[in-house]
Amino acid sequence: MRGVTQRFGGLVAVNALSFTVEKDTIVAMIGPNGAGKSTVFNLTTGIYKPTEGQIFFDGQQISGLATDKITKRGIARTFQNIRLFAFMSAVDNVMTGEHVQMKSSMLDSLLHTPRQRSEEKRVKARAMELLRFCNLERDAENYARNLSYGSQRRLEIARALASDPKLLLLDEPAAGMNPKEKEDLIVLIRAIRDSGVTVFLIEHDMHLVMQISERITVLDHGEMIAEGLPADIRTNPQVIEAYLGAPTI
Amino acid sequence: MGRFKLEGPRAGALVMAACLVIPFIDRNGSHINFLVDAGAFVLLALGLNIVIGFAGLLDLGYAAFFAIGSYAFAMLSSPQFNIHWPIWVMFFVASGIAGIFGILLGAPTLRLRGDYLAIVTLGFGEIVPQTFLNLSQYTNGPNGISSLDQPTFFGYKFGFNPVPYYYLMLVLIVLAILVARNLRDSRLGRAWMAIREDELAAAHMGINTTAAKLSAFALGASFSGLAGVAYASKLGLVSPDQFKFNVSVFILSMLVLGGMGNITGVVVGSLVLSSLDRFILPQLTSFSHDVMHLNIDFTNSRFLIYGIIIVLVMLFRPEGLIPSRQRKAELHAGDTDPSVAAQEQQEYNKAGI
Repeated sequence: MRGVTQRFGGLVAVNALSFTVEKDTIVAMIGPNGAGKSTVFNLTTGIYKPTEGQIFFDGQQISGLATDKITKRGIARTFQNIRLFAFMSAVDNVMTGEHVQMKSSMLDSLLHTPRQRSEEKRVKARAMELLRFCNLERDAENYARNLSYGSQRRLEIARALASDPKLLLLDEPAAGMNPKEKEDLIVLIRAIRDSGVTVFLIEHDMHLVMQISERITVLDHGEMIAEGLPADIRTNPQVIEAYLGAPTI
Repeated sequence: MGRFKLEGPRAGALVMAACLVIPFIDRNGSHINFLVDAGAFVLLALGLNIVIGFAGLLDLGYAAFFAIGSYAFAMLSSPQFNIHWPIWVMFFVASGIAGIFGILLGAPTLRLRGDYLAIVTLGFGEIVPQTFLNLSQYTNGPNGISSLDQPTFFGYKFGFNPVPYYYLMLVLIVLAILVARNLRDSRLGRAWMAIREDELAAAHMGINTTAAKLSAFALGASFSGLAGVAYASKLGLVSPDQFKFNVSVFILSMLVLGGMGNITGVVVGSLVLSSLDRFILPQLTSFSHDVMHLNIDFTNSRFLIYGIIIVLVMLFRPEGLIPSRQRKAELHAGDTDPSVAAQEQQEYNKAGI
């Protein structure tokens, strides 16, 4: 990401931001509410086109591309406010995530050609595999909306993984989870990284962030105020100031 | 008409067999005639169900595509321009033309959602019949185009006998049901439903929402092309007043009554409303005249009665007579606790709905 600025009218949500997420790492982005973290995600997945600057992925510029094209390039995400397909079953949610992996044309869909049927079977098997990976196999046939909050968060991850991404963006994956679920989430995120997917996450739970991330980017008022190893960030005076306010004399 | 429970092959075969023998049991031509007309509306309802029920795009001008299909047949298969393409070719041509117009009319509305989309499609629904009315040098304006070609099938002339039309309609409906079901259970069908549920999230799945929405418009419209050809050829004429706004609403009411998104529901809903229109209301009228000695004309107040039915459905069974799983869950969210809901779903799965 190089010199990216996003303005909404007079409001500068992200200001001349430049940073890099290295391949095969877990990187966290933290910062107070309204710092522009989600805007960074929305810029990356093409919901917004940056007012200035460019975003590169795998050496190619992706800023300005439509969302579905960016997904095809290998970036998947989850949402801060869960955005599952509420009235579709969990397995259908994941199968929808496999859309880019499928080749069936409209004609195949229309006629249910043997090619379409074998692809459907393969995609369904892969979806079940992903549900198992995220510990959701018991809920495969349930509607997404009937799942518990923690399960819905994991289902969003499974659905995002279904597109076989190279980079996975997680927007507050631990929000609303209990301590046990958070521990499981840490294991899950590490397993995702180990499977060769780079993970870039926004999270407010510092315990989780410190435990899991290899590097941390700190955002405040749309600008990067710090970047580095978790241990350095923890003691960085600017970061402490952003979170707790400047010391008054 | 059509197969009642698609996933239950036995039930489907039973309904199919019943449909096949109806003309042998009921020799009353006007009954068969009615069934053919009702069949055209089944086709229309199945097509609109793709647009509204699957993809969630509220289209209030669907009769426009019915008009385009009918007029395509009337212009290319009549003495009007002395072009006489056979009806079998016209099924492909007219559904293709209707599909192209589905894309043309769909394209400007892609950024619109919900109420806004409804208003624009409503406008298209008004413009199209008006255009056919005003292009009088091609369409004879309000008189319409008449003496359309009558179909022949390997030398057999359909003539004015409704029975061959009945079987033709039956074939079309079975095909339409199979196509609708195949689409629903496919990559494209899932993309439509994802768009219906959450368009932004759908785009993040790599779904080209523009293409998916246009394909819903096009495929939905192509069904009405089929209906238009069959309906016009049986009637022998087309005129602009057959495609007014009330036709769009009538078809939409069939979806609401039967259960949006559910293929069986849509078929049942359209049959119920068609029979109400053609049989039950006239019967009630003559009953009130002859037996009760009242001067109530139920047929003239049909739209009041449909309105009341729709309001009652909305109040007491908003998911329709035979709802799709989603609609039912959506409209009764919070009625049951999750464990009961899960159990219900399992039963649904077993029943294959």
